[in-house]
Amino acid sequence: MLVTTTKGEMDDSLLVKKEGTVDNENELTTWVEYWLGEELVHRSVHVTLKKMPTFAGLEAASFG
Amino acid sequence: MCTSFLGELLGATHNFSATNVARTVNTVDTFKAALYFTTATINASTTAYTVTGEVTNTSGTGYTAGGVTVTNGVAPASTNSSVTAGVGYWTPGGSFQWTSMTVTTAFDTVLLYNSSQGGKAVSVHTFGSQTISAGTFTLTMPSNTTTTALIRLATV
Repeated sequence: MLVTTTKGEMDDSLLVKKEGTVDNENELTTWVEYWLGEELVHRSVHVTLKKMPTFAGLEAASFG
Repeated sequence: MCTSFLGELLGATHNFSATNVARTVNTVDTFKAALYFTTATINASTTAYTVTGEVTNTSGTGYTAGGVTVTNGVAPASTNSSVTAGVGYWTPGGSFQWTSMTVTTAFDTVLLYNSSQGGKAVSVHTFGSQTISAGTFTLTMPSNTTTTALIRLATV
């Protein structure tokens, strides 16, 4: 499979693939990286917001 | 939620719906989403879109100043949770996405703003800091419910 990298399209057999996930109350994030030796040549990220983060102690704007 | 947005709602500055009796023309405003570096000062006190601190490309042209246009798919809704409490809510109709992007300086903030009204700020949302290298950044919206929608205005 060809991967778009900072050096152009490269076959993934030449690269090391790393993946990760962050899951907390505000977001679910997944990322994928391709490394050529010690050089990061591709990184994509997908963030899914779960709810609006708290600002100044407010969960949501409120009119009481 | 940007504080200025709350006051502007009372003056009918923003229109998320195709119908707005306060205006002579019923047109939905265009909302946009812009990304900001972790070093930017973008928060509830932000009143309008600014290029200061906005993400710029390390290389390539994957990110365009001003961000992307927000899909306004579903009109705002409201519902009562009791006889004295209710909530109005709205969520963009699609994800925000930037492709073929290389931004190696960390960013962690997206500003939603009204580009039809001089860039007036609507809300600011943060996430874990990210960098992108020759890749795609996708920001998917939460479910459009009374408890998770991106924009929620509730009585308490």
